[in-house]
Amino acid sequence: MGLHTMIEAVGLTKRYGAKTAVYNLSFQVRPGTVTGFLGPNGSGKSTTMRMILGLDEPTSGHVTIGGHPFRKLTNAPRQVGALLDAKAVHGGRSARSHLMSLAQLSGIPAQRVDEVLGVVGLQDVAKRRSKGFSLGMGQRLGIAAALLGDPQVLLFDEPINGLDPEGIHWVRNLMKTLAAEGRTVFVSSHLMSEMAVTADHLIVIGRGQLLADMSVKDFISANSADFARVRTPQTEPQQREKLSSVLTEAGGHVMTEQDGAMRVTGLALPRISDLAHEADVRLWELSPHQASLEEAYMRMTQGAVDYRSTADQLAGFQQPMQQPGGYAEPAAPQQGWYAPPPPQPGGQPPFAGAPLPGGPAPAPGYAAPAQAPAPGHNPYAAPAAPPAAPPAPAAPPAAAQPPAAAPAPDLTKSDSDSPEDAR
Amino acid sequence: MTTPYQQQAPQQAPQPYAPQGVASYVSPIPVRRATLGDALASEWTKIRSVRSTMWTLGVMIVLVLGIGLLSSVAVSSSGADLGETPVLSLGFFGVLLGAIPVITLGVMTVASEYGTGMIRTTLTACPSRSRVLTAKAIVFFVVAFVITLVTTALVGLLQTAMLDGVTPTGEDWLRATLGVSLYIATLGLLSLAVGSLIRHSAGAITIMIGVVLLPLVLAMFMFSETLADLQQALFEYSIPNQLGVFYDASVTSSGPSGWDPLWILAGVTAAALGGAFLALEKRDV
Repeated sequence: MGLHTMIEAVGLTKRYGAKTAVYNLSFQVRPGTVTGFLGPNGSGKSTTMRMILGLDEPTSGHVTIGGHPFRKLTNAPRQVGALLDAKAVHGGRSARSHLMSLAQLSGIPAQRVDEVLGVVGLQDVAKRRSKGFSLGMGQRLGIAAALLGDPQVLLFDEPINGLDPEGIHWVRNLMKTLAAEGRTVFVSSHLMSEMAVTADHLIVIGRGQLLADMSVKDFISANSADFARVRTPQTEPQQREKLSSVLTEAGGHVMTEQDGAMRVTGLALPRISDLAHEADVRLWELSPHQASLEEAYMRMTQGAVDYRSTADQLAGFQQPMQQPGGYAEPAAPQQGWYAPPPPQPGGQPPFAGAPLPGGPAPAPGYAAPAQAPAPGHNPYAAPAAPPAAPPAPAAPPAAAQPPAAAPAPDLTKSDSDSPEDAR
Repeated sequence: MTTPYQQQAPQQAPQPYAPQGVASYVSPIPVRRATLGDALASEWTKIRSVRSTMWTLGVMIVLVLGIGLLSSVAVSSSGADLGETPVLSLGFFGVLLGAIPVITLGVMTVASEYGTGMIRTTLTACPSRSRVLTAKAIVFFVVAFVITLVTTALVGLLQTAMLDGVTPTGEDWLRATLGVSLYIATLGLLSLAVGSLIRHSAGAITIMIGVVLLPLVLAMFMFSETLADLQQALFEYSIPNQLGVFYDASVTSSGPSGWDPLWILAGVTAAALGGAFLALEKRDV
C-alpha cells in the first residue's frame, strides 16, 4: 500500500530547441512525507512539474504517478491536485466560479467548492473577481484548486510566494498535515530555509540535473560544517597575515570573509586561541559558528547557477582592453554575486592564459576567488582593489598570495564561501 | 474532511492505516469517473461567468437588432419601393456586423485560457484534452446558434410587420433565420478552432477578420482582365457574399446558392477543428 501514489521519474529529459531544461532526472517521491523540490530559479523545477502533470511531453524518459503516466490515470483530478501558477486563472471570473468550473470538470460535488474556500480562508471574497486578488490571495485560490479533488498526490510549485508570515505558517502546517494523512506532497521552492522547516526529504536540482536526493536530516549533517570566525585588529593587517599563516601551518583552512574576518575550519577554538597567543597576535573575535543550510545549498547549487554568459562576453571585451584602457575589472562580477568559478580545467578562455596564481594552493581563503586570477592577467584590475576594499589587508603587489579579494562592485549580498567546495 | 461525505463512505473511515503501517489516504468524497457531460457543465459555467461573454453577445444582439430595425425604419420612412428585393434581406447588414462579436467570442473561448494560463489548470483537472475542446466547441456553438436564431427571427418578424413587400415564403424564412444562425455559429466555431491553433487572442481575431474581409477587398482591386475569373471567385466565395446568399442578396447570379455556403463553411471548419484537436493532443501547454 502507499506505493500506488508514488511519483517516479526515470531519466526525465526535456529540451526546448537548443536549451536543455531538464536532463536525465530520476527520482522518487514517496507518500506520507513532504518532499521538497529545490533549485535556483530556472533550474527546471516548473518544467519537471509540468511533465509530471502531462502538460509537457518529456523529450526522453518518463514520469509516472502510481505507475501510470498522468494522462492515463483514471479520475486524474481525484488522484492528483496541483498548484502550478497562482496567476493561472481567468481574472474576470470570481473565485467561486473558477473553482466551480474545475469541480464540475472533475465530477466533484458542488459543496466541496465551499469547503475548500473555507479551508484556504477565501470564503469572504468568493464572489469577487480574482483579478483584484493579491498574490497571496491568488496562492490561496491555487491551493484551493489543488485541494478540490481531495487527492492522494499533491504538487505545489512555489506555494509560499507572496504569502504573508501568517500564510506561510499556514502553508507549512497544511503541507505537514496533508503528508501526515498519508498523501504524497511534492513542494518546490528556491528557498532552502523554507524547505528545512517544511520538508522531510529533499530533491535538489540545478540546471535541470539532480544534485541531491536525501532526507533533510542527512542533508543537514552532511552540509553544515562547523567553523570559527576569527577577527584580528583591523588596524594591523600584518597580524592577520601572521595568524593566517600560523593557522594554515597548523592544519587549519582559512577563508576570508567579506568584512575581513577569517573563517577557520579544521581547528578547535581553544587551539586557535593557543596558536594566536604563541604567535603573539591579539584577537578581537573568536566565535563558534555553523554554516547555515542556506549556505550549504548555495555551495551545492552555485556550480549550477547560470554563469554561461561569462566566457563569451569577456572574450568579446578582452581584446581592446589588453590595450591601455581605462577600465578596471568590469568582468569579475559576472561570475555571480557569490560564486567562485567552478573548477573548470582549461575552461574560461579569457583567464586561461593567466597562471591562476591563486589556483588551488595558497588561497583557501578567498571569499570570491573569481577575482583572484584577474590581477595576474589584467593590468587594470589591481588598482580597483584597494579603493573597493579598504580593510583588505593584503597588499596587492606583494605576494605569492594574490590580493585579497576585492569585494566586487556589485556584490549585492555579502557572503563568504569556501573555495574548496568542489563544485 | 469531516461530516458531509462520511455517510456515503462510512466503511473507509475506521481503517486509515495500511497493513505495513504506511498510511494511504482515501478521500471520503465519492469518486466517479468524469464525463463529457461534466466538461459541458464546466464550460457552461466558464462561459457565463465572465463579463466579456456578456459584452460580446450584448454587442452582437444590439448590432443585429439595431441595424436590422434601422434599415427597416429608413426604408419605410423614405417610402421607397422595395420592388423585388426580399424584405428579410434588410437584416443582412446587421448580421454581417454581428458576426464580428461572435468571432471574438469564439476565439476568446479557447485563446483566453492560454492568455491567462488557465489552460494548465483546466488540463490538470481534465487530462483528456479532446474532451475539453469538444465541450468548449459544443457549448460555444449552442450559445452562438441560439442567440443568432432568436435575434434574426425577431428582426425578421419586425421587418415583415413594418414593411409591405413580397411576402417571404417558408423557405425564405428558414434560410434567413435557421440558415443564417447555423452559418454564423459555424463561423464562430471556425474562430474557436483558429483560436485553439494560434493560442493568442489578438492574433486569432485578426486572422479571422482577415478571412472575412480580405477576399472581398482583394477582389475590389483586381481591375486586370486576366484576373477577372479570380476576382469573380473571390467575390462569390467571400464570407459576406456567402452570407448574402441566405437572403437572396448575392452580388452575382452564379456561385453558391441555396444552402451551399453552409456546407462550404462547415467543411472548412471541420478541417480547422480537426487540426485544432490534433495540435492540442500533441503540443505542450
